[in-house]
Amino acid sequence: MRISELKKASERIKSVRPFFNAAIVPLLAVFTALVVGALIILLAGGDPLAAYRGLFQGAVGSARAWSETTVWATPYIFAGLAVALAFKGGLFNIGAEGQLALGAVMAALVGYKLPELLGMNVPAVVHLPLAVGAGMLAGALWGAIPGWLKARTGGHEVINTIMMNYIALNMTSYLLNGPMKDPNPLNVVARTPEIAQSARIPPIFPGYRFHWGFVLALLVAGAVWWLLQKTTLGFEIRTAGANPDAARYAGVNVSRIIVISMMLSGMLAGLAGAIEVTALNYRHELGFSVGYGFDAIAIALLGKTHPLGVVLASLLWGAMRNGATRMQFLTQIPVDVISVIQALILLFVAADAIVRWLYRIRVEEEKLVLTRGWGG
Amino acid sequence: MDWRRLGFIGLIILILIGVVILVGGSRVPPLVIVVSMLATTIAVATPLTLGALCGIYCERAGVVNIGIEGMMLASAFFGWFAAIYLNTILGVAPLPSLLAGVLVAILTGGLLGLLHAVLSVTYKVDQIIGGTVINILAIGISGFLNRQLFFEKGSIFGGQVPHAPGVLPRLRVPLLADLPVVGRIFEQQPIAVAAILLVLLTHFILFYTRWGLRTRAVGEHPRAADTVGINVSRMRYANVIIGGLIAGLGGAYFTLESVPSFEPLMTNGRGFIALAAMIFGNWSPFGAWAAALVFGAAQALQINLQFFREQIPPQWAFLQQAYVVGLVPYLLTMVILTGIIGRTTPPAADGVPYEK
Repeated sequence: MRISELKKASERIKSVRPFFNAAIVPLLAVFTALVVGALIILLAGGDPLAAYRGLFQGAVGSARAWSETTVWATPYIFAGLAVALAFKGGLFNIGAEGQLALGAVMAALVGYKLPELLGMNVPAVVHLPLAVGAGMLAGALWGAIPGWLKARTGGHEVINTIMMNYIALNMTSYLLNGPMKDPNPLNVVARTPEIAQSARIPPIFPGYRFHWGFVLALLVAGAVWWLLQKTTLGFEIRTAGANPDAARYAGVNVSRIIVISMMLSGMLAGLAGAIEVTALNYRHELGFSVGYGFDAIAIALLGKTHPLGVVLASLLWGAMRNGATRMQFLTQIPVDVISVIQALILLFVAADAIVRWLYRIRVEEEKLVLTRGWGG
Repeated sequence: MDWRRLGFIGLIILILIGVVILVGGSRVPPLVIVVSMLATTIAVATPLTLGALCGIYCERAGVVNIGIEGMMLASAFFGWFAAIYLNTILGVAPLPSLLAGVLVAILTGGLLGLLHAVLSVTYKVDQIIGGTVINILAIGISGFLNRQLFFEKGSIFGGQVPHAPGVLPRLRVPLLADLPVVGRIFEQQPIAVAAILLVLLTHFILFYTRWGLRTRAVGEHPRAADTVGINVSRMRYANVIIGGLIAGLGGAYFTLESVPSFEPLMTNGRGFIALAAMIFGNWSPFGAWAAALVFGAAQALQINLQFFREQIPPQWAFLQQAYVVGLVPYLLTMVILTGIIGRTTPPAADGVPYEK
């Protein structure tokens, strides 16, 4: 090969380098996590290849698998965006779990109670937005309280969101076992009655659970990006998050921004719950939301708090959770191994130095500060 | 944490006990109520105290640790597994098995502490991520091994959960423990006692020793500490590992002292409440302990209110609902501690990787 050809080839490589760099480390991180996961499965006496075949089939192996993956990913996207937005504002919202649960409860309440109260059918154009709006409002309120406490008394949002998770959990249990319990005599489960037809988001393809909520989630991700990058409020949120003192000096009302950030964050989490009720389950059942809030933290971090990153991380998380069921069905390997692999993915994506060292990739890029500990 | 606030917290705990006496005093002698409330308070506070101490060591050295929950969960599992394995497969007597289990739990915590230190000190990974990794990892590994080792046919226990060797025996103060009613105070479970001793020890170490001064220095101003010749990385490594060991002891509480079994997710957010206790206590051992006791007392109030359900006056009937009472500890802790503590100040360099 002539020298000039070599030069051309290297030019071409250089031009795709940025995309290559952005994609290669996460891909290798996932690959490495799967290898380590395989070792763990092997050590515990399972067959890793069979397990991964099941995982892959269940996650993306058929139209139905894809549909289910998006169903799993939808609440992850909303809740992940919630946590990511709070991180952008320098706040740590551990309370997505509670905000999501209350959002679901309120959406279900409006969904089944409103026609009863009015004694007539409510047109869908009114009913559906009211139900979803009620869920968003509940989440926003549940998020705004810790925000307000922080702005007002300095009480730490980490503590208050943790405590409010438990309060929300008990409130939900109380409502679903008592006042809001499905009165159907055959029902023994803590769940609400089905919501009215007019409060439902209709399915897209009959026979598949893939629903408009996923499309909405993508739109909301775009909206969050727009809010953060293109509006004054977003700029204020990011400034208050990056350096509250500088923000204050520049005339930003940091207390107000704290409350607004937490409120928006809670609203997104509440929306996650509302969409689960109006687009998928058509009721709220106790225990459906267990763990979303904590997965959301992992997803926000895996997506580097960028809306597009959150969407991709949610799809990955959703695919793995969805495929895990099939994996356990086919190979009897417990679904819990997925959590191990997810933890490893997060680890290798975050500690990219390990991946680079493993595969001898030399890349220098600027460090992105995601969270700021407990400060401020 | 100043003494006035500690006194106030003590007063609140007394008020909570008073409420229960008011409700149940007609059915059970007040002294019995006081003793049982205190016993529950201490028991509930034990893992919270240990978890919070773990957080204090890490964060005083400048490393945020939200992985306490995961550290306790993994330790609870491996400690329990070790105790059962020794007892049923190797035929070791119950007490040595249990003690070995505690040791394994402590080491598990230490190992996860090491992982956290490697990630956050050596690789300078965002420390929230390090903690999240530990939390998810612990859920996965304990759930996976629990099912794979115990419930699968052909596993070492042949698909049957074997009988655990029980729980750690109580430590008794001779004579005093034989007293009627109040004797129960002088008969405590060993990890609960260890937690209280560790609070005292940690206070002493942090504020009265060279080690403590250095720890606080790397947590407040690592560059200044580095300038005077303190090895920032080594101090952070050591403190995060110590924190992990203590969280491991907290994990042992769940499966070797509280109940003789393991359930997936059994720590049930206690690690996060420990985190809250640490922040409430302003990163000081006594403060965190006080916060843990407040939560313990609120939990004791809840348990007792459920026990004395029939004695609750009709105008307070909503307190008879299990879930309404269930949110009392969290609401009370939030209101009390936000109300009287308000703003807390973390170590200045908490969460910030040190770049030489």
